[in-house]
Amino acid sequence: MALISEGRFIEDAWRRLADEEALPRSGKVIVSLARLEHAVAHLEAGVALGVLAPNTTEPEALAAALPRLSLISIVFPAFADGRGFSLARLIRRAGFTGELRASGRLLADQYRHALGCGFDTIEIPDDLAERQDESQWQAERAAHARTYQRGFVAPGSILEARRKAAAK
Amino acid sequence: MTAHDPSLARPNTPVTTYRYDEFDAAFVRERVAEFREQVRRRLEGSLTEDEFRPFRLMNGLYLQLHAYMLRVAIPYGTLTARQMRRLADIADKYDRGYGHFTTRQNLQYNWPKLIDTPDILEALAEVEMHAIQTSGNCIRNVTADHFSGVAPDEIEDPRATAEFLRQWSSAHPEFSFLPRKFKIAVTGSEHDRAAIMVHDVGLRIMTNAAGDVGYQVVVGGGLGRTPFVGKVLRDYLPRADLLAYLEAVMRVYNRFGRRDNKYKARIKILVHEKGIEEVRAAIEAEFVAMDRGVFSYDPTEFERIAAFFTPPPYEALPAESAKLRAERVAHPAFGNFVEVNAAPHRVPGYAIVTVSLKPIGGIPGDATSQQMRVLAEASERFGFGELRISHEQNVILPHVKQDDLFDLWKLLDGAGLATANAGLVSDIISCPGLDYCALATARSIPIAQAISKRFSDLSRQRRIGKLGIKISGCINACGHHHVGAIGILGLEKKGQESYQITLGGDPTFSASIGEILGPGVTAEQVPDVIEHIVDFYLAERQEGETFIETWRRIGHARFKDVLRREGEDGADI
Ligand code: HEM
Ligand code: SF4
Repeated sequence: MALISEGRFIEDAWRRLADEEALPRSGKVIVSLARLEHAVAHLEAGVALGVLAPNTTEPEALAAALPRLSLISIVFPAFADGRGFSLARLIRRAGFTGELRASGRLLADQYRHALGCGFDTIEIPDDLAERQDESQWQAERAAHARTYQRGFVAPGSILEARRKAAAK
Repeated sequence: MTAHDPSLARPNTPVTTYRYDEFDAAFVRERVAEFREQVRRRLEGSLTEDEFRPFRLMNGLYLQLHAYMLRVAIPYGTLTARQMRRLADIADKYDRGYGHFTTRQNLQYNWPKLIDTPDILEALAEVEMHAIQTSGNCIRNVTADHFSGVAPDEIEDPRATAEFLRQWSSAHPEFSFLPRKFKIAVTGSEHDRAAIMVHDVGLRIMTNAAGDVGYQVVVGGGLGRTPFVGKVLRDYLPRADLLAYLEAVMRVYNRFGRRDNKYKARIKILVHEKGIEEVRAAIEAEFVAMDRGVFSYDPTEFERIAAFFTPPPYEALPAESAKLRAERVAHPAFGNFVEVNAAPHRVPGYAIVTVSLKPIGGIPGDATSQQMRVLAEASERFGFGELRISHEQNVILPHVKQDDLFDLWKLLDGAGLATANAGLVSDIISCPGLDYCALATARSIPIAQAISKRFSDLSRQRRIGKLGIKISGCINACGHHHVGAIGILGLEKKGQESYQITLGGDPTFSASIGEILGPGVTAEQVPDVIEHIVDFYLAERQEGETFIETWRRIGHARFKDVLRREGEDGADI
């Protein structure tokens, strides 16, 4: 797996914990949704907690754990399945400020959409990372320009820019 | 730049179309640059065909039977003379000298090369055009009434809303990877010319008791394999809530629309399976929960857009032109053209002219580059440089002085564009079918041509009156056959083309899906069957009744019966 943050491939500090593995005493771990409640109850305070959430997760299912979570990784079963974008928006709306990760076969061409919906990082399989090198992610990040829509994470909305231009 | 910047004004320059500001221009250019890069990466191999596909579709590029096909957006059907000329130039330079106007207010080129498409998109961008979201699982090019701004029965010009939505839906971060395509249509009149009842979302502009302008929202209409007439989601939505409400609709659809089967992925299936109450409850709940401040409607922005769609500088004229009256009498062919192809205008002394792209025996919706240039010229000389594309695959000149109709007719006639059949039986809507489309199961263009030839006598067509025939080459229903008064669907049965006929479809507010007449017939039989149906209607109709009214009054069974009697033992009809 390769991890992209701010247009660069970075080292992943997080570790996915299999359900049968014991909870660690330190570090950063990602647990399954099924194990979330248990992890919140038993994980030591110093250990950072993340969860792997299918794109069909109801945001309410994460609500109780939200203050304890430092990372939510939303699964994209296929790059053309856009449910994860809506889920990301709902999770941000619920007040989550930690790292929001998209995990799946996402394309650099979707970086803009992901950033706009509030994702911070993208995790893709290695074979895909080989075809989509860093330069492509950087180019897409640079192309993350103004949007017509408001309320999305973007360098700015066209409507605001228009308003400013009109006020001059 | 404002809508009425005097530096832009020259005689007959369109003043009633949206003009890009620097942000719109930059946005479209960024999309072109992005697509150029995607084409490069596809050719170089860093994108596979599967990965490239949604992105090329979002830019209007299909891979068809013989070649690529590029679908250019004509937002809400409005086009300037300059844009029309550019479409002609592109047809000459990158295609085979013609284009095909479609039922979704788009223009399709059938023969572009992949490598050329970024250049074509750039040529379009130069004249404020694009192919963004004319395909793919995103919010498609928003369509609107082609008589916008000139219809006598209009409450408000729907193009302001359509442009507002065009911008909101363009490259939407959250809704570019939907379960399936999503089509929105807007109408602002008492008569629906935008078929809003058969769209994923139909918006009907209306006023409430307090006189405020808002929308009736219809959801879940659509044709294709499972045709549905849409259901009312909201009787009245204040304009201030438009974008927020649509965000709620889209979010519910994006999260809960089926993705397991592409035929069941449209919102109409969600509405059908869950029921309108459950869908409405989910949408309303989302609407309440969302941070509406963030999506809040900006009235200044709406008004800025609406200001572009103000009326052109009409002259003060008498309601009826004496010149026109005399010319109609002196030139009967012209008189017929006016009777059939000119519609009443909201301004005295003007007319709305439908230029038929359905010459007898021609290919519905096709226009040569030469014809496009004549249309551009016609609009400049006789219509403030503005044109419209209708979902009936015709071109509309929305502001023609009655005094000018005769000269216009002569100009059109010289280019083979004066067929006086708007709304008549030979004004056939037809998809490309097996001649171009990779999904087709049968031909549709040759069927349209055969019917058109069978009814070539225009005076007979006028006697028959308004009658919509719509043909699709497969169940996807691009030719809208389900909502044709007479619909024809091409299928394949045991290696043979077979045509299923439906009657009683209606795309307007009184929408209905056509009912099947009987077993399919062969291509050769289609014109006969249509003729029998038409003859039966003529025999049965009461004074002033349209086909659909007669059909509704006497019932489908009577039509079925007569055909059974006409065919010897009924087996072949
Ligand atoms: C030639 C390439 C084309 C392809 C591959 C294509 C594909 C499709 C498909 C797959 C559907 C079914 C959608 C569904 O119900 O889920 C459809 C519907 C439709 N298409 Fe096309 N189409 C083509 C051309 C056209 C043309 C030329 C027009 C206009 C003349 C058009 C307008 C429509 C309309 C109006 C519908 C039905 C509306 C609806 O279900 O919402 N398409 N098309
Ligand atoms: S109805 Fe079928 S044949 Fe006709 S254009 Fe659509 S997909 Fe192709």
